[in-house]
Amino acid sequence: MAFRRTGLRRVAVVGAGMTKFVRRAQETAQELAFHASRLALDSCGLRIQDIGAVCLGTAPDAFDGVHMNGEYLSDGAGAYGKPFMRAYVGGGTGVFSVIQGWYHVASGLFDAVLVVCEEKMSSCLPHPQAAFLTIFDHTTERPLKPNLLWIFALEMNRYMQKYGLSKKDIARVAVKNKRNAMDHPAAQLAAEITVEDVLNSEVLAWPVQRLDVSPTSDGAVAVILASEDAAKRITDKPVWIKSVGWCLDSAYWTNRDLSYPEYVERAARMAYEMAGIKEPRKEIHIVEPYDPFDYKELHHLEGLLLAPKGEAPRLLAEGVFDRDGDLPATPSGGLLGVGNPIAAAGLMKVAELFWQLRGEAGKRQVPGNPRTGLAQAWGDLMQVGTVAILGV
Amino acid sequence: MAKIVRELPGLALTPEDISQRKVLSTSWVPKAEYAWDAGIAMGRYLEELRNGRLMGVRHRRCGRTVIPPRIFCEQCFAPMDEWGELPDTGTVNTFSICYVSWDVKRLEVPEIPAVIEIDGTSPRVGILHKLGEVDPQQVKVGMPVKAVWKPAEERNGAITDILYFQPI
Ligand SMILES: [Zn+2]
Repeated sequence: MAFRRTGLRRVAVVGAGMTKFVRRAQETAQELAFHASRLALDSCGLRIQDIGAVCLGTAPDAFDGVHMNGEYLSDGAGAYGKPFMRAYVGGGTGVFSVIQGWYHVASGLFDAVLVVCEEKMSSCLPHPQAAFLTIFDHTTERPLKPNLLWIFALEMNRYMQKYGLSKKDIARVAVKNKRNAMDHPAAQLAAEITVEDVLNSEVLAWPVQRLDVSPTSDGAVAVILASEDAAKRITDKPVWIKSVGWCLDSAYWTNRDLSYPEYVERAARMAYEMAGIKEPRKEIHIVEPYDPFDYKELHHLEGLLLAPKGEAPRLLAEGVFDRDGDLPATPSGGLLGVGNPIAAAGLMKVAELFWQLRGEAGKRQVPGNPRTGLAQAWGDLMQVGTVAILGV
Repeated sequence: MAKIVRELPGLALTPEDISQRKVLSTSWVPKAEYAWDAGIAMGRYLEELRNGRLMGVRHRRCGRTVIPPRIFCEQCFAPMDEWGELPDTGTVNTFSICYVSWDVKRLEVPEIPAVIEIDGTSPRVGILHKLGEVDPQQVKVGMPVKAVWKPAEERNGAITDILYFQPI
């Protein structure tokens, strides 16, 4: 793998803020972005004048029905009169936005960058799936009138078949994450549920049932990144971005191994190499893998090399991924519990690591003074892996 | 976080807030139509579907034979070398039994989308299609299937010239 390892500046997360995640927010997209951004600035005592550039993550224009949606949002994201960049890689956006912010600072161009991710999914009627449908190939797939759930159901079934997994093995993720979310002040779908509740929920596209799936949500999250010198002036508790990694697989998704996210492994290997991590299973203390569906958390834990292939469900059943387990996974409550305003959900995972590694996660705090955490997101046509490793 | 903010911003609306106009909103229905050119590779693929044939492309350097066709090998980033007819048979790589429409309305008859690995291609190379003439409970991964075509006079050069795949 070829990437530059020298001449880059160290980058820290120094502040974070977020709104509640809700099914439909009264606030506009700009208002949500403004709240999250102000909270992030206030959390580290910065003013907007201290920010050199703004990186924004939000869905493609068709989703909001607003052409140039990034520019529309920019005023609420603190970008007036500043260098501004918006990128979107589907569900992978939240972590990718941090990667963008990281290279803005690591390169030496800016000392402080505001990273904002916002999603208002409720505007798209009757269901935001209408905007997602155009992801399918217009010549070979859309004439079959596909449903977005198909793609996840097909991947989940392949994963189950390959390793002989049952729905019960997978449902425990939904139970764990919705329970973890009980302690999150932004949570939309926190609940004490049982494996039986998941197995008895409405079948949407077998093997996907209602409680296997995260909700659609409105919400925003923001973090502040700073160079080493700036970070040390701003806070005595900087959380360093130790490394980043990202990778894209082919758009010919029916030609891929659907049982294993190869692109996540490649993204993870880039991040591990950059951070000098040799044994991820021992050196990562908390993980926030992307969990829009319960099976995806397991899929991603395997792709991140934090569980052997096909064995994440066994480790889950043994309690390894519980908040007080050996490798806490999704202590925030994740997309399944806190909610899934797509780009914002991925950035929420980075914010969670920031609070956890500073020991500020309150009732969600993982015990044992965790020092290194990994956040990962996934998206596009099931083909992008984005990874950030944070540490203190 | 708790030491700075006690209550996070974000006001959750209920369906009644909207229907009773307690909060205001405006709406718009877009009208946007598109016509996508099939292009070079897909153009020939569709032509041959009209003739009742499935076509793949092969790249000699990496030895891959893939479907749907493309003019380039995306892994080697070089032009594909040759076209070849593939059998209209394959195996089920994975499937779903789908009970809802895209906007989550219940379907009377479930659909069975599947990734079908087409015989004669490289490992795991498949296409998206549906299964038909099969009891959903009997569908298995690894099941051999064959295309069921529209009658020749009804075919118009589209993926839907194959009605579905059926177990053999
Ligand atoms: Zn090739």
